Amino acid sequence: MELGPYLLLASLEGAVQAAVLALTAVGLSLVFGTMRVVNIAHGEFFMLGAVLAWWLTSQVGGDASIGFVLALIIVPIVTGLLAAAIDWTILKRLDYDPEATIVATIGVLYIIQQVTLMTYGPDARPVPPPFNIRITLPWFGYSGYKLFVIGAAIVLLLGVWATVSKTRIGLILRATQLDSDIAQAFGIRVKRVYSIVFGVGAGLAAMAAVLIVPIQQAHYLMGGDPLLLSFIVVILGGLGSLRGTVVAAVLIGMSDGIISVFFSPTLAKILATLLVASVLVFRPQGLFGKRPV
Amino acid sequence: MTKKIIKSSVQDRRKVLKTLGAGAGVIAGATAFPGLIGYNQVHSAEPIKIGFQVHRTGIGAAYGKWYGRTTAAAAKVINAGGGINGRRVEIIAEDDGTSPKRGAEVVEKFANQLNCDVGFGTLFSHVVIGSAPRAGELKLPYFVVSEGHHVASGILNRYTLQPGITDVKSQVQAMAPFVAKNLGKKVTMIFPDFAFGYDHRDYFSAAIEKIGGDVIAKIAIPPRESSFTKYFPKIPKETEVIYHVMVGPAVLTFVKELGEFFGSKRPEIFGFIDSLEAVDLASPGLEFLEGTYFWEGNPRYAQSNQSEYDKFFRASVGVDNNGASLADSKDVATYAHMFGCWETLYVIKAGMEASGYRGPKDRAKLIEAVEAMSDMAHSRQHPQGAKRFNGKTHQVFGHQYITKVTNQKLVLAHTTSIEDTYYPDEVDYTKQSF
Repeated sequence: MELGPYLLLASLEGAVQAAVLALTAVGLSLVFGTMRVVNIAHGEFFMLGAVLAWWLTSQVGGDASIGFVLALIIVPIVTGLLAAAIDWTILKRLDYDPEATIVATIGVLYIIQQVTLMTYGPDARPVPPPFNIRITLPWFGYSGYKLFVIGAAIVLLLGVWATVSKTRIGLILRATQLDSDIAQAFGIRVKRVYSIVFGVGAGLAAMAAVLIVPIQQAHYLMGGDPLLLSFIVVILGGLGSLRGTVVAAVLIGMSDGIISVFFSPTLAKILATLLVASVLVFRPQGLFGKRPV
Repeated sequence: MTKKIIKSSVQDRRKVLKTLGAGAGVIAGATAFPGLIGYNQVHSAEPIKIGFQVHRTGIGAAYGKWYGRTTAAAAKVINAGGGINGRRVEIIAEDDGTSPKRGAEVVEKFANQLNCDVGFGTLFSHVVIGSAPRAGELKLPYFVVSEGHHVASGILNRYTLQPGITDVKSQVQAMAPFVAKNLGKKVTMIFPDFAFGYDHRDYFSAAIEKIGGDVIAKIAIPPRESSFTKYFPKIPKETEVIYHVMVGPAVLTFVKELGEFFGSKRPEIFGFIDSLEAVDLASPGLEFLEGTYFWEGNPRYAQSNQSEYDKFFRASVGVDNNGASLADSKDVATYAHMFGCWETLYVIKAGMEASGYRGPKDRAKLIEAVEAMSDMAHSRQHPQGAKRFNGKTHQVFGHQYITKVTNQKLVLAHTTSIEDTYYPDEVDYTKQSF
């Protein structure tokens, strides 16, 4: 294949990865930024989103697009409610202690993963895409649905940005993130904000999964990679910085796509890890994070 | 307070004992009548314990599920016919998570804790290679159903045998002439990046070069990969045939993305059915496969020349004529591989009967009896076809099937002879001491 089309394919693949990654990592970043909780179970919420999407679409029947649209609305809500319940029953009881919550979310990771294994089973199950369009380019064909994923992720991310920066809820969120004690003194119910943020973070991961599951398949072990990549992205972008997360996701996604296509996927992973290591050494607050005062 | 706790725990223990007793009664009741034939004999002795190392979780789970169903069905038929040497067969299944580390632990558990007579049933080559040395050390006969060339290559040991399924080297060697003659000579190979994939890469390349073909690109893909489009630009333009073999939970994605990439302007495609085992061929996005060819260890769809033995095997395991579960038409079997469990259990039975096997001290005699085997007739015991076992290399040889996708079904296009699959011995395990 000539260089031009080769590069085009690599960029498309990278963009899809970046889109899903940004959506997944924004949830993780939001949770850390506001609650200072490192949520190790984040990847499992992603997996749960995919599995629930499979379940819902197989229950609905009829045209694949109906099930998909329903899944896109219902699955993030269900996952978010579950996450909020986990916050209420576990994280809140631990007083959001940074070390204890890490251990607790590791426990949650295993519980969600094993319960899925016990109920849904070990199989990989496909979810039909809402539409099957193959875009024919002169050099290769490309899935129309993958382009839709890129578009949908951009819209959703803009929605998150608008909510955080333009609405009253966003204001409360930012106030809590800046200083939870003072926010509380001003009458913000911080613990409730935490529950909502934890739920929204998980819901975003689930939404990313609903988008990706027609490309991949729902499988109980699929949460591992998104977790790892989300962490890389969040560390790179600066913990708690939404803008940094998105920029880092694009950086990691695109470079992964391009390096994978031109060289090897293993090299792409090596370079991403190396990048994280050097960011941790030379700019520990991340590319867009603020240096702690 | 303390008193109360002690009292209640005593009561609990009593309750547990009672429940256990009742449970044992139920189990005894259920197992006392494994079929009317041979009831007296079967009842009179300890069961033969077969440790079944199964990929219940991890990347081999789809195979594990069907290996489990096939093994249970075979044990049921064997027990209904009087068991082995008049003793009931008991399958003791342990999940290895499709992991070599866990695999070795499972083998150890079979030998030391569960008192199994033999170990059996492992598929994924990295698990076999991880477990077999431990089986050899523990002197546990280890009957694998794996396809890897590792048994016949000589890297394992006298306790490891593969008498129920053919190995990759013999399979690909028998495929190469068909590919070169009917599809093309410039081949690009796509295979998983571990032992099983390397067997394909090395032995297919060698076989096709021998008959004037050429493998122009070799694309290895990590078995846990979930997205594949990025690998396809590496397929050279002049490729005449794409040879693909993939495993793991993402196989459907792999084949779908291959279709998206090429569309109707595809080169010829020859795949190992592994790339679509347990996947419905009528899944959306697979239409481009129409007219392509697959290797199948055993044809998934009942063919027009279906044997009485295949009918019996299908019905016993609970598989319909499309290769899906009788209970759920979306639950597609790993039909091209799972017959290996059925046939291996029958080889164990034949070996134990020939050697007069009575217990673990006869394990060496069992292995010698299996090593002495040669021709196995196409029969209910060997529903996939006739086979010939090579006692020196511990590997069985048999027919291979090539099917063509026709109206979203796999229709038999070619059957190789057993001789097509032969290659010179690389080891003589019978020279190793026990």
